[in-house]
Amino acid sequence: MKNMLTTISNALCRITGRNVGAQTVSELLIDLSEYVNVTSLATPTLAQTLRQPPKPPPVGPRAPAAAQLVSAQTDRLDGPGTSVVVSRSFADFTSQATFDIKKCDVHRLEEAPPLKAELTRDQGLQYYRVMQTVRRMELKADQLYKQKIIRGFCHLYDGQEACAVGIEAAINPSDHLITAYRAHGYTYTRGIAVKEILAELTGRKGGVAKGKGGSMHMYAPHFYGGNGIVGAQVPLGAGIALACQYQGNNQVCVSLYGDGAANQGQLFEAFNMAALWKLPCVFVCENNKYGMGTSVERASASTDYYKRGDYIPGIRVDGMDVLCVREATRFAADHCRSGKGPIIMELQTYRYHGHSMSDPGVSYRTRDEIQEVRSKSDPITMLKERMLSNNMASVEEFKEIDVAIRKEVEEAAQFATSDPEPPLEELCNHLFSNDLPLEVRGTNPWVQLKSVS
Amino acid sequence: MAASVRCFLRSGKVRHYSLNGYCYMMVRDALNQAMDEELERDERVFLLGEEVAQYDGAYKVSRGLWKKYGDKRIMDTPITEMGFTGIAVGAAMAGLRPICEFMTFNFSMQAIDQVINSAAKTYYMSAGRQSVPIVFRGPNGASAGVGAQHSQCFAAWYASCPGLKVVSPWSAEDAKGLLKSAIRDDNPVVFLENELMYGVPFEMSEESQSKDFTIPIGKAKVERQGTHVTLATHSRYVSFCLDAAAVLAKEGIECEVINLRTIRPLDVECIETSVMKTNHLVTVEGGWPQFGVGAEICARIMEGPAFNYLDAPATRVTGVDIPMPYAKILEDNSLPQIKDIIFSIKKTLNV
Repeated sequence: MKNMLTTISNALCRITGRNVGAQTVSELLIDLSEYVNVTSLATPTLAQTLRQPPKPPPVGPRAPAAAQLVSAQTDRLDGPGTSVVVSRSFADFTSQATFDIKKCDVHRLEEAPPLKAELTRDQGLQYYRVMQTVRRMELKADQLYKQKIIRGFCHLYDGQEACAVGIEAAINPSDHLITAYRAHGYTYTRGIAVKEILAELTGRKGGVAKGKGGSMHMYAPHFYGGNGIVGAQVPLGAGIALACQYQGNNQVCVSLYGDGAANQGQLFEAFNMAALWKLPCVFVCENNKYGMGTSVERASASTDYYKRGDYIPGIRVDGMDVLCVREATRFAADHCRSGKGPIIMELQTYRYHGHSMSDPGVSYRTRDEIQEVRSKSDPITMLKERMLSNNMASVEEFKEIDVAIRKEVEEAAQFATSDPEPPLEELCNHLFSNDLPLEVRGTNPWVQLKSVS
Repeated sequence: MAASVRCFLRSGKVRHYSLNGYCYMMVRDALNQAMDEELERDERVFLLGEEVAQYDGAYKVSRGLWKKYGDKRIMDTPITEMGFTGIAVGAAMAGLRPICEFMTFNFSMQAIDQVINSAAKTYYMSAGRQSVPIVFRGPNGASAGVGAQHSQCFAAWYASCPGLKVVSPWSAEDAKGLLKSAIRDDNPVVFLENELMYGVPFEMSEESQSKDFTIPIGKAKVERQGTHVTLATHSRYVSFCLDAAAVLAKEGIECEVINLRTIRPLDVECIETSVMKTNHLVTVEGGWPQFGVGAEICARIMEGPAFNYLDAPATRVTGVDIPMPYAKILEDNSLPQIKDIIFSIKKTLNV
């Protein structure tokens, strides 16, 4: 028992940084009770912590183990979904820290995004939560696809989470975003619930597009999909930026494409008009090194995608660091909002999965390469380690968040597999907006189907 | 007198004129007026395309609009169809109401992916979350001596696509009313004009001179009543059919000429009603025969109640199944002429 007390006492020393001499059991337990925290799982955003006043420990011949102490505190707590975590109290966490971030290469720019990024505890937990949700959602989609519950195309985003989350952190919900087919992450960051995304993948009526769109055609307010034709979304994005300029609303459009699409002619057409008319468009190249099975070296005469806009300024950003992405996006959005015209942002990132679920992803790259990125540059791990080593959160807190997310994704998958498929009556609906009902020819002349807007 | 009036009109200085108490307007000016009125009515409407602004329009259809509305609403684009069509569609998604002009529909082929995949299918794919209120307009089909790459008719290609509306006006009144409807429509509309019709004057009814005059999309018009044969046609060939009908009337054959006005959705009911009266059907178009507008009309008639009223198989009069040649004699013989229409009608009637 004395050993146990010593262990606890030493732990306390490490945590509190003070010299705790030998104390009586009671005193030690009083100290320990100061570090009892209440976390509520019901809070969707981040872990809330409440400072509990110290409570006199139960007096007895044996000192209860830390776990028992924890459970003794439990009956004080009320409210559903609360649990007790042994961790440091809220006041002991660093509420804000500044991190060094990688320098961005620039093209035709006098200034560059800053080399330091500030991160508050709240922000950090939020980014972690969102990235982890995207990660788990994509892995769940992988699972469902292998079970043949999802069919057709499924292009997964795991590995690239820092891009979606970093961009969203730097723009407003009133700004606009459009991307290609690797869109599930953006659908989430732009406001659609996991269950609606998964239900769309499984083709159910509770899906974001009622099951009619599928993986590549999900939409949300100020989010224009989800586009299946490589490169087509870029001129669309420039058009959305034109609408922003036309309406004078100070909004920007973030128009994303991949390293494969970067060679499409229509991109350069869009670049030309965007520059000519100074459209507030941030063109973002998510360079994940491979266009399907073709590496960048085999596809592009110039792999400096941030320079490919020629007369359009560009920045090259570490797309695995959410803070780097955020700072660069802020810089880019400010550039556009100040009327300077479009800007190109190349995010150097990596996808763990193959191009789609039909592609194992190892015929054109080695497993070692994938493993190396996972171990050295994983965006979620990087953020977590940064926060832990700067006392911004605890391991337990992250575990709590992970557990909550797993639960959310599991429930979403439950919904996605149990929700009914869209009714056949819906087959011909949504052909036209704001139109009178019309009749649509079925598979044979005797079948006339009804279509409403 | 008529010659001097024609000269006056060709100079382009007169938009419309009155003659003997009737108001006349050329198709291009009717289109101009339609756009002008809609630009004025709704500030979300804007026009973009090659040469639409400072050049006053490659075919002068947008003459005067840039001077009146300025750079923001009338935009000259570089020669980058795929790019500016995509931009127009994106602008429509984000709340504006663009009119995207193709100098001719031949160039729309470069942008056809944006028209079909980005515009036409989006409302359906998004289950109604995202609408695309856009008009794609420009001259379609053969012109005069412009060769194979500049003479294709796109009515059939666009009309096969669900999610699009395809409109093909004939007269100035058609042009004005249908263009206004197309601009006010919340859906992608492909508006097929005809270059050879731009300079043709038509009488404009009292009603058509109002700023709120619209013609509903999806309704055909019987231009001439008849009892012996139904001629279903669109665009420039309405003129040809009316001319053929005038010739045949002297021989006692009364043709009913239906101006389709809209290709998709096709007003099958109008054609059926007519066929059930005349018992004979001839379709007339400038496009290629295979998988064309006429082919679709024949198939629909066969599938519907009017089939039982046909006294003879339906006949299609179409362009010749070749790319358009250049030499005048060859070009003339690549497209339906009035004599071809008359011949086909007589064959159908077995006279």
